[in-house]
Amino acid sequence: MLACKLFAGASRRWGVEDAGTETGISSAEVPMAIQFIVNGKPQSVDVPPSMPLLWVLRDTLGMTGTKFGCGMALCGACTVHIDGEATRSCITPISSVAGKKITTIEGLSPDRSHPVQRAWIEVDVPQCGYCQSGQIMSAASLLAKTPRPSDAEIDDAMKGNICRCGTYQRIRQAVHRAAELHNAATPSSRGGVEDAMEAVVAVGGAA
Amino acid sequence: MSAGTVAGIDRRGFLKTGLAGATGLAISFYLPGRFETLAAEPAGAAPASLNAWMLIAPDDTVTIMIDKSEMGQGILTALCMIAADELDCDWKKIHTEFAPAAKEYFNPAFGMQGTGGSSSVRSSWDPMRKAGAAARDMLLQAAAQKWGVDKSTCRTENGVIYHDASKRKLTYGSVAEAASKLPVPQNVSPKEPKEYRIIGKPTKRLDTPDKVNGTAEFGIDVRRPGMLYAVVARCPVFGGKVGSFDATKAKAVPGVKNVVQISSGIAVIADNTWAAMQGRRALDLKWDEGQTAEVSSESISKMFADQMAKPGAEARKEGDAAAAMGGATQKIEAVYEVPYLAHATMEPINCTADVRADRVDVWAPTQFQTPSQAVAAKLSGLKPENAFIHTTYLGGGFGRKAGVDFIMDAVETSKAAGAPVKVTWSREDDMQHDYYRPAAYTKMAGAVGADGMPVAFTARVACSSIMDAWFPGSVKNNLDPTSVEGVANLPYSIPNILVDYVRTEPGIPVGFWRSVGNSQNGFFSECFMDELAVAGKKDPYEMRRRLLDKAPRHLGVLELAAQKAGWDKPLPAGRYRGIAVLFAFESYCAQVVEISVNRSAKSVKVHKVVCAVDMGRVVNPANVAMQSESAIVYGLSSALYGAITISKGRVVQTNFNNYQVLRLDAMPVIETYIVPSDEKPTGSGELAVPPVVPALCNAIFAATGKRIRRLPIRPEDLA
Repeated sequence: MLACKLFAGASRRWGVEDAGTETGISSAEVPMAIQFIVNGKPQSVDVPPSMPLLWVLRDTLGMTGTKFGCGMALCGACTVHIDGEATRSCITPISSVAGKKITTIEGLSPDRSHPVQRAWIEVDVPQCGYCQSGQIMSAASLLAKTPRPSDAEIDDAMKGNICRCGTYQRIRQAVHRAAELHNAATPSSRGGVEDAMEAVVAVGGAA
Repeated sequence: MSAGTVAGIDRRGFLKTGLAGATGLAISFYLPGRFETLAAEPAGAAPASLNAWMLIAPDDTVTIMIDKSEMGQGILTALCMIAADELDCDWKKIHTEFAPAAKEYFNPAFGMQGTGGSSSVRSSWDPMRKAGAAARDMLLQAAAQKWGVDKSTCRTENGVIYHDASKRKLTYGSVAEAASKLPVPQNVSPKEPKEYRIIGKPTKRLDTPDKVNGTAEFGIDVRRPGMLYAVVARCPVFGGKVGSFDATKAKAVPGVKNVVQISSGIAVIADNTWAAMQGRRALDLKWDEGQTAEVSSESISKMFADQMAKPGAEARKEGDAAAAMGGATQKIEAVYEVPYLAHATMEPINCTADVRADRVDVWAPTQFQTPSQAVAAKLSGLKPENAFIHTTYLGGGFGRKAGVDFIMDAVETSKAAGAPVKVTWSREDDMQHDYYRPAAYTKMAGAVGADGMPVAFTARVACSSIMDAWFPGSVKNNLDPTSVEGVANLPYSIPNILVDYVRTEPGIPVGFWRSVGNSQNGFFSECFMDELAVAGKKDPYEMRRRLLDKAPRHLGVLELAAQKAGWDKPLPAGRYRGIAVLFAFESYCAQVVEISVNRSAKSVKVHKVVCAVDMGRVVNPANVAMQSESAIVYGLSSALYGAITISKGRVVQTNFNNYQVLRLDAMPVIETYIVPSDEKPTGSGELAVPPVVPALCNAIFAATGKRIRRLPIRPEDLA
């Protein structure tokens, strides 16, 4: 471990490539400091650049709302927003999010007030609930871009999120309901869900 | 119940327990364990325990102990509904805690603490109602004593005790401490059904708010001070062992702390899960693959086929099937086959353990607390009472999390590391080291008489025994009831029936997979019944109706499903439907599946599933609909995609790319209808899995004229 820490320092001084080559450890595994913003709060971690955002969130930062499901972007349980885009955090190297703004389920709203969360509660979507962080983040991203999605648009946006409890019928219903809640709450000339979310993220970050 | 045993019992640390069956009041000691939050409250504010399930705090909050695992099936809410109705407390002031592993919480269906077999409501119904009624009576008594009035002049409503004559009232919280010191009444009758104000009403789940903001704690989310993270390299071949290993490269991976051998393989322990996974990749490992290395899905299928010539253990025999076949107008035979299936819970398998000199703590998404406690104690060299099982939310269970393999991983690794350790399985670990739904092979035969109605039905089932694998010695006369459930209990009035079972063990680990034997046998029996209907030139619904003359509850759900699906009305062009009915877990379910088939694209689209259920008295109708939808999706996934195939003794599939499951874009509309009933409540979680598979395949036959006898459905089946 001592050697690793030394090399972590060395990598920053002499360049990641050299340090990796010398030790036989791929440069992507040598820890380095990376900064980014999670739910409005600046974070700095010292981890291998190849470490997926998912594990940084869960193990390094202790934010366990984002779930591990497959590790290959096949199930959507790990979905977060990176600069507003729904992204599978399990295959996103932490190095690629340096300087970016990340929103996780914990930061979607401080009080379950995001239209998607409200709709999810109203329709009583979750069963085991494990996939729902990812489902909700995918749905929030869909509504930000498509405030009144059709069934086909919902299918397309949500088919990357697996639910083994089979809550799909209620997810469809809840996405429509979230669209109603969102559109009722947002003046038409203003921005979409993402704008509203930025505001609540700021509140969440300050708290 | 014997009174008097409660004197001097502390409200915390001791629980008064009205055990199921009311054999007597047991007073049991338990350490707070899971109750850190309760125990941490300032003195005086702590809740008073009225029995093993109900604690009431001075602020009127009611804590219901959840002794079943919540894995999505909604039992947490159902138990609270049963308790709250009898206790007459304020629904908005209910909190829940998952119960520790303790004898008080043994599931009478199993003789141990555990969740499965759709047994939760049916096993908790009586004890929870009795506990609620007794606790309410104690609160009434405490208030009456305080007022110096007779208990019979007081009443309760929504967590408040009233003495109307003097216009006085007291909240439950204000008398809970006094009530907890009273003897538990012995003969309090639970409510009459007409008095229910919560049971039977569609009720929202209590766990939803925590499941929309990431705060619900699943096993995989557990974090302990000083905790390390581990993954385990396991021999890919079932029954194989570690030959040799060199951990030098693994230990050089940044973040890796240690590499240790445990009974399931080589554990790589690190600062975080990712580092542990990288370390595992760097392990230099040689496996001793053992005897199963030659086994493949093809060899297993042949092994089954070879069994068909010899008679098996008789599961059911009525009349003389062989003679009836000989004299019948028309005889048909068919071979049906299904593959192994993985559970693929969304939450991958995991467990966190902290082994210390005097105690072991285990945090796990477990369905089986008692075996978990036993194995944790044994591996730690401690007594079971020093093994504390903290049940978390389960991110899906479906039977997989009844295993103790992941408990063993964590306990052994923590012991070796001398620190709390969370062991996480990757999706690949989960898919390749499951306890699979057994592959099964069944030879069906039947005959119809001159009137076109079936006169004989036989089935010879070959598959592994789950019960013998999990509870060695429990199988009598080589007949595992779970291997034949769904076919041996055929409900139809057919005079000659023979079902036998040839136990066949290919060496692949098997286990309980949502609906267990019904998952395959329901497919076999209800598709073959359709074959008999075709042979006898009968409408499959009408034939079943006539044959259910002695099975009124089967008939009830069948008729309800057919009526709601409009079986007597023509479908739009290009649409087809199939029907099936099954008894499972003491409940009844019929489904009509409506599909279309694109024969040039070799694809099927499921448009709608109409599901009728009869599970006796329903606690939460909203949840019954959810469970039907859930079970139907689980069943459809198996029929459309599900196959774990074996090659060289190992599982071919690795992740959701090659073990596909139903996704939202393939989701049909599902309608659930409940038969009103005053019968005792039965099971809901697994019931709707089996019928959807045969109903779908029967619909495909209606569309294509091709009989599907092997799952999953292949493109060529749809051409």
